[in-house]
Amino acid sequence: MKKIEAIVQPFKLEEVKEALKGIGIDGMTVAEVRGHGRQKGHKEVYRGQEYNVDLLPKVKVELVVPDQRCDEVIRTLLAAARTGNIGDGKIFVYDVAEAIRIRNEDRGESAL
Amino acid sequence: MRRNAFQFLCLMAGAAGVLGAQDADKIAAVESAVKSAQSAGDNAWMLASSALVLMMTGPGLALFYGGLVRKKNVLGTMMQSFVLMAFITVLWALVGYSLAFGEGSRFIGDLRYALMNGVGMDPNPTYAATIPHLTFSVFQLMFAIITPALITGAFAERMRFSAMLLFMTLWALIVYFPMAHMVWGNGGLLNAYLGGVFPCFDFAGGTVVHITSGVSALICAIYLGKRHGYGSETMKPHSMVLSFIGACLLWVGWFGFNAGSALGAGGLAASAFVATHFGAAAGALGWMLAEWFKHGKPSVLGGISGCVAGLVAITPASGFVKPMPALLIGLAAGFLCYMMVTAVKQKFGYDDSLDAFGVHGGGGTLGALLTGVFATNQVNSAQINGQTVPLGLVDGNPGQILNQAIGVGVAILLAVVGTFIALKICDALIGVRVDVKEEVTGLDLSMHGEEGYSLEA
Repeated sequence: MKKIEAIVQPFKLEEVKEALKGIGIDGMTVAEVRGHGRQKGHKEVYRGQEYNVDLLPKVKVELVVPDQRCDEVIRTLLAAARTGNIGDGKIFVYDVAEAIRIRNEDRGESAL
Repeated sequence: MRRNAFQFLCLMAGAAGVLGAQDADKIAAVESAVKSAQSAGDNAWMLASSALVLMMTGPGLALFYGGLVRKKNVLGTMMQSFVLMAFITVLWALVGYSLAFGEGSRFIGDLRYALMNGVGMDPNPTYAATIPHLTFSVFQLMFAIITPALITGAFAERMRFSAMLLFMTLWALIVYFPMAHMVWGNGGLLNAYLGGVFPCFDFAGGTVVHITSGVSALICAIYLGKRHGYGSETMKPHSMVLSFIGACLLWVGWFGFNAGSALGAGGLAASAFVATHFGAAAGALGWMLAEWFKHGKPSVLGGISGCVAGLVAITPASGFVKPMPALLIGLAAGFLCYMMVTAVKQKFGYDDSLDAFGVHGGGGTLGALLTGVFATNQVNSAQINGQTVPLGLVDGNPGQILNQAIGVGVAILLAVVGTFIALKICDALIGVRVDVKEEVTGLDLSMHGEEGYSLEA
């Protein structure tokens, strides 16, 4: 099993969700986060006082999938989340040791 | 209109020649009906105005200031405005109204109206002949509430709540009530219409409200010192949306503040209403343009701050100037206050957190002086010592600018000395500033045990 962690632009969340649903991925966890990579940020001015805002709002989508579906999910995420501009986000992939469904203690891929 | 009705009656009386007793009774009945109709109209407007002015403090100012602070201080900041609505009201009922509007001396009123004694449904003809004395008193109360509330912007995010209450009590007694008496009270030092020594025109509170609060704000900002982390931590407004709503409520409420200061529903109220609106509009544009030019973008905060600056500056002038000077005064205030909160504040380095001094001190002074330039008896025909006299420079009375400057000077002096004394007393008894831990936690939790925005709920 792989855990896929995609940090995407907040306004892309709906498209990402729809695209994942389209390939039969139902489960996911979403968090509102802040961060930046190369994008850096922007300047805000309040009554002449300048503030550099470098941590920008992003959405983190986490999902765990069977190994054989990993590439397909990544391709889907890339297509749905990309605008081609700086700040589109990143995808990280991890190995998952175990998955357990709390309700009935199903283990492994059947718990996904 | 009222005068016309009366003249018409006289004419009728004259035409009738010698009047029978029956006719005299009829005329008396008509006169009484006209008087009662005027009284009802004036009172309706003045009660509505009183409510509008209260709305300026809560929710207007509470939202405007509340949005400009950080999340952890939103309730503490709103509470400072709100509690003054309750607190100053009690003070006013006990002694405040009397100290401001009782006859007394040149500097402060006596205690004849203490505990609202003698303030009833009959008019007090010295101040307002067509509305109940109670209406006049409650209208003036709303000014006494918002003036100290304006100061809270200077010490936002760092003043101890209990110390603030004591400070505001002392401040009202030392600064506000005397200043209101000097400018508006019968026999006050600066009263232009009721026997003052230096006639200073202040229609709705340029000196009494804005200079006193603005200058006191500066003293508070300097005395309390900068906020913890000022200059290194981000202290940007946490919700421009709240501030926007607050500023727009201030704009609307200000019609009660200025047009209500006509103390009736006649032509002067309409003139002040229009001047107020024009001042606000030009002020908003003035600040926005300055900012657009300087920073490349016109901001919402710039627009609403400019609108407040325009309103502040037009306040003393609103019942004295024509519409075009009102536009000029507003525009000048937009530019000047923008400079005050950017260049001047930066140069001297005081932490006037929400720019109470920059906007109210700067705009108030500008407005008070320009009233001396643009005041005209074509707008305000109230007589001084029984005759119509030229008012400002445009009427051919350049000396009025000096009178205005004296009013400004008295307000500044009183505010500086009074605020310093009040702060010293509070500091000795309670300690004006919260400790660092409380400040880092935020006033919401440390002073009130609540949060404005709860993630758990």
